[in-house]
Amino acid sequence: MNSFSDAPSDSATTCPHLVALEQAFGSLESSLFRGQQRVVVPAANSFAALGLLKDRGFDLLVDVSCVDYLEYRGAKHRYGLVYLLASTTSPDRLTVRVFADDPEPTVASVVPLWEAANWLEREVWDLFGIHFTGHPDLRRLVMPEAFTAHPLRKDYPLQGRGERHNFPVITRDHS
Amino acid sequence: MALTQPMASSGAQQLELPENVVVSRLDELANWCRKNSLWPMPFATACCGIELMATGAAKHDLARFGAEVFRFSPRQCDLMIVAGRVVMKMLPVLQRIWQQMHEPKWCISMGACASTGGVFDTYAVVQGIDRFIPVDMYVPGCPPRPEQLIQAIIDLQDKIQREGTITGREFNTRQRQDRKRALVESPLPLTLDASRNPNIQRQLSGSVTTARP
Repeated sequence: MNSFSDAPSDSATTCPHLVALEQAFGSLESSLFRGQQRVVVPAANSFAALGLLKDRGFDLLVDVSCVDYLEYRGAKHRYGLVYLLASTTSPDRLTVRVFADDPEPTVASVVPLWEAANWLEREVWDLFGIHFTGHPDLRRLVMPEAFTAHPLRKDYPLQGRGERHNFPVITRDHS
Repeated sequence: MALTQPMASSGAQQLELPENVVVSRLDELANWCRKNSLWPMPFATACCGIELMATGAAKHDLARFGAEVFRFSPRQCDLMIVAGRVVMKMLPVLQRIWQQMHEPKWCISMGACASTGGVFDTYAVVQGIDRFIPVDMYVPGCPPRPEQLIQAIIDLQDKIQREGTITGREFNTRQRQDRKRALVESPLPLTLDASRNPNIQRQLSGSVTTARP
């Protein structure tokens, strides 16, 4: 039989960080997958919730990423941010989800909490167009500065909108 | 290159050349010098760059063809080898480096990605550098073997010797340039390939005669 339990179990309530979050912000959607705790935080409370988690020992922000749920079966929101938290003093790990929607997807920046969020949030802004309020320097990270689209959105064509063709052509005559 | 025969067709006067003197055209002489001391600029962005390094290393020894002096300053180079995919953020850099190289200069597009974009037909990858800078020689392969790159350099040397001029006039007029072409695989003699192909082996030994309808 499967040694991992995917079904919700009593351990969902035994996670002390989840208990603390629910005490502060009311009932939260959460799940446990193969021992990994995941919790969904409302966008309005995301900064306060992540600050609370940092105070509880999650001093390492592993990653900030994003998923575009356009035309995804059963999805209620367009964008889902993923914060992967870890602790350097305990084995605890936690995945925090925050959802955002069009037309102006906006989430509070966590750069005041973790400096590591600076470039991670810039990358999410570059590729998904999520606006992080309070970010000190929200510029593009990987795409060229003149680029206008956010290419990892599902409604952006894979081959682009002709951006890669708009360069001057150097021939033998002027080189 | 050298004209060693005395010009005797008129019969009026024979030109006696002293020892160690050859007569040639300046263009030919310049081409001979240029083709045997190509200094490559390694624009290596991906796995083709590993093969490029292998080509310069001891086993394949690009020095045999006079092109072993890899320089990382474009001002000292006359052969740009673009090895690997070029993304749209990199292309202005590539063009700038190409413009910083001194004339006469040539360009080898090494591998499928540099030549066509390869499998990376996405918003970020340039679909062939020859859309934006001039290319003299294309090397197919993913990545190409060092032998293929060496063949491309030999072909480029032939091209320089055939069409080059000391003032670089061939760069201004397209008529003076050879048609661009990709590397051509030279077919092996049958006897070399026979060990792999039992049918050919039997045909060679004469035991089987193939009847064709």
